[in-house]
Amino acid sequence: MLNLSQDLTERIRAHAAQSYPYECCGALLGTENGDGRTVQDLVMLDNQRDDSPRNRFLVFPEDVLRVEKAARERGLDVLGWYHSHPDAPARPSEFDRQHAWPWYSYLIVSVEAGEPRRMSSWRLTDDRERFDAEEIASQLGMPG
Amino acid sequence: MAVKVMIPTPLRPFAERQAAIDVEGQTVGEALDALTSQYGDLRRHLYGDGGQLRSFVNVYVNEEDIRDLQKDLTPLRDGDTITIVPSIAGGSRD
Repeated sequence: MLNLSQDLTERIRAHAAQSYPYECCGALLGTENGDGRTVQDLVMLDNQRDDSPRNRFLVFPEDVLRVEKAARERGLDVLGWYHSHPDAPARPSEFDRQHAWPWYSYLIVSVEAGEPRRMSSWRLTDDRERFDAEEIASQLGMPG
Repeated sequence: MAVKVMIPTPLRPFAERQAAIDVEGQTVGEALDALTSQYGDLRRHLYGDGGQLRSFVNVYVNEEDIRDLQKDLTPLRDGDTITIVPSIAGGSRD
């Protein structure tokens, strides 16, 4: 279960819409406990794939380190990453699977003709064979 | 050489939740072999089917990317720190 406030949901959707027709990307910061994961903040990042930003995204390792440090200083973890699929479904592609890390939540928002649509979250299985869907609980009045 | 390997968050569940693991090795390749011999489930996340480090796995000795050194043949000194850092990549269409 990925708990995501309405406010953070809207920020991700807005980032996805602004970036259209390119893919956007960013980090999900928060905490994990017995009830699942709660996203408490986002870090919007630049998509570093200049060659094919319409259907690819990339976060450089130095940006990963920077985001992790910022999260740690606030007592948060990097729970995962979000990205958009312009004019494509909100489900992981084979390319997503091949490049995924375990444990992280991968949140995907589809954008159709500039309008953000469906949002879904996924976790790579430990054997790397597939993604399992992760339920998103979108709540009002949550932190963030 | 006794070195420390820093494990990124997504791989810690496969290494008894440790953030840092001490291993022995003369080169980066040997140290990572020692690591994945001890924690076999790490191997599939670090290496592709051809036995090469996956493209989104970045390995640093102290602060230097091993791609700018001698890759897996990069020699190690006692007390070096190897850091495994993710790149995050994906995309909508195959």
